Amino acid sequence: MNIVVCVKHVPDAQGDRTFRESDNTTDRANVDGLLSELDEYAVETALQLVEADGGEVTVVTMGPDQASDAIKKALQMGADKGVHICDDALHGSDAVATSLVLAKAIEKLGPVDLVVTGMASTDGTMGVVPAMLAERLGLPQVTFASEISVADGAVTIRRDGDAGSQTIRSGLPALVSVTDQINEPRYPSFKGIMAAKKKPVESWTLADVGVGPDEVGLGAAWTTVSSFAARPPRGAGTIVSDDGTGADQLVAFLSERKFV
Amino acid sequence: MAISRLLPTDDARDLIAMTREVCQKELAPRVDAAEEARELPRDIFTTLGDLGLLALPYPEEYGGSNLPYEVYLQVVEEIGAVWMSVAVGVSVHVLSCYPVATFGTEAQKEELLVPMLSGQRLGAYALSEPQAGSDVSAISTVATRSAEADGAATAYSLTGTKAWISHAGHADHYTTFARTSEEGSRGLSCFIVPGDAPGLTFGTPEKKMGLHSDTVSQVYFDKVPVPASRRIGAEGQGMALALSALSAGRLGIAAASTGLAQAALDLAVKYAKEREQFGSRIADFQGVSFLLADMQAAVLSGRAMYLHAARLRDAGRDFSTEAAAAKLVCTDAAMRVTMDAVQVLGGYGYTQDFPAERYMREAKVTQIFEGTNQIQRLVIGRALLKD
Ligand SMILES: Cc1cc2nc3c(=O)[nH]c(=O)nc-3n(C[C@H](O)[C@H](O)[C@H](O)COP(=O)(O)OP(=O)(O)OC[C@H]3O[C@@H](n4cnc5c(N)ncnc54)[C@H](O)[C@@H]3O)c2cc1C
Repeated sequence: MNIVVCVKHVPDAQGDRTFRESDNTTDRANVDGLLSELDEYAVETALQLVEADGGEVTVVTMGPDQASDAIKKALQMGADKGVHICDDALHGSDAVATSLVLAKAIEKLGPVDLVVTGMASTDGTMGVVPAMLAERLGLPQVTFASEISVADGAVTIRRDGDAGSQTIRSGLPALVSVTDQINEPRYPSFKGIMAAKKKPVESWTLADVGVGPDEVGLGAAWTTVSSFAARPPRGAGTIVSDDGTGADQLVAFLSERKFV
Repeated sequence: MAISRLLPTDDARDLIAMTREVCQKELAPRVDAAEEARELPRDIFTTLGDLGLLALPYPEEYGGSNLPYEVYLQVVEEIGAVWMSVAVGVSVHVLSCYPVATFGTEAQKEELLVPMLSGQRLGAYALSEPQAGSDVSAISTVATRSAEADGAATAYSLTGTKAWISHAGHADHYTTFARTSEEGSRGLSCFIVPGDAPGLTFGTPEKKMGLHSDTVSQVYFDKVPVPASRRIGAEGQGMALALSALSAGRLGIAAASTGLAQAALDLAVKYAKEREQFGSRIADFQGVSFLLADMQAAVLSGRAMYLHAARLRDAGRDFSTEAAAAKLVCTDAAMRVTMDAVQVLGGYGYTQDFPAERYMREAKVTQIFEGTNQIQRLVIGRALLKD
């Protein structure tokens, strides 16, 4: 089975994430980046499928120079090869442009059985790229998988919702996005770390995937961030004093927020 | 403050990054509860083994990664900063593999070392005895030849009591030193005893001051049969082997202690920046910041010392004085730094609400095992005064 996993290099959520003053885009230069944790589940999914049935896992990322670290991590986990689409014109691209570039790159890679993505990135958290990508590739979109199996030329997933779970089946090729419930991503072993160095990584420009600079970047974005402000410091919480109705007040508080 | 490490390769950098990630995600969430419950987290060693972390400094052809000590020890340090018992466990396991890896025959390496380095096994190092701590030559566990064929021993039978054995009852093999003749320190030999050998039993775990997840107990040998193929080196070579292993093992303890001291320093710095008294952060009092500065200086000098010894070893040079000095300096630093961390945290440092008190209890043992710090001075002094 030929599997492509789309991964994103994101600012480490442990660090101080911020926007650039100059154009209100995510500041990727001044923070450590890493493979988006939600994408680790996608990589793990692909590795498990290939370990069971054979095949090859290609990781694709679009992003600045440092984004190659996301590919490296996926290769260290066990993916076979990587493609990094890197071009200055991409800076500020929105989900629409991202899905275009990824779709063109996947088409260029040739026939694929399964495209796997995380359910969202941990920085933008829009969660729309999988759907847009499926649409552009003309593939069935099978999203938010919490369980997956592939057999007889079809993929079956379980999608858990608030009210119940759905089992969804689709023919291949297809695009599947996975949740953080689907598996426990592995750590790269030291042998994996050493093996990754020898795995092929291609670096492609926009021209290589046949996308014009005017179709991507900040200029082509459908939306812009007009301003940003840091989250205000946490205020004092609500104090419930128990005058006999304490329990009711607590339950009301929790149910208002859908915790119970 | 982030630790500034000089690492020789990109692989080494990625290895450290991986170790940190595993420590944060797998070790940190469990350390408090497991230490409290005095549990040896066997599954964590399996996780570390799967990742290759239990075999780093040994040759690739037997399942290791052939890493220099310079890198292996920094991995141990990172683990020590999160869970000292696990770092000590890694060091003990690596020590238990040392005699076979260094002095074993080709056949022994194939048969014994490969499974030891597989990541699935955990080793123990059985040297000390109730009456033989610092004085290894007082070992009384005997290995008697139980059969003779063509004048060569085909099997031994081990009888005696070992004390203070880390991983006792949990280990898959016991690298055991026993007496094959009465000739004092020249009468010892080294054997690899499987954990399920008949006649091998264990005492109840010692109730220790700290390092609770490092289960330690006595190990009883009652006519434990050991084939001659499991004797490492020649008869009588045990003492030389044990001392050679300890030089390397000391560096493991030095590195783990440095991690422990680093953790205590990080905790103290964070606390000092948050805690306010007399209307300002306590970090702003010079009396506190100088204490922190001394802690930092101690951590940095410890790290520099164990790395220097490691680099000598990696270069094939004699490093025994440097290893003894590194063990002495790193563990004394860990003791002082952890004690000062408790001081910086004040009353809170004395409670179990913060890990400072645990760090302090864990630091004490590093001055005692793998040769007490008096014994390190003895080693250093002897080398210095040798004609
Ligand atoms: C938690 C823990 C784990 C351990 N794990 C292991 C293990 O896995 N395997 C193993 O084999 N052992 C292990 N040990 C044993 C450890 O190595 C010994 O405790 C140590 O070597 C000291 O021996 P001792 O306790 O008998 O002290 P002793 O040798 O009786 O020493 C008592 C005191 O006398 C001092 N002293 C002794 N001789 C001299 C001298 N010549 N000059 C000056 N001072 C001297 C010592 O420094 C010490 O202060 C462990 C110990 C502990 C506490």
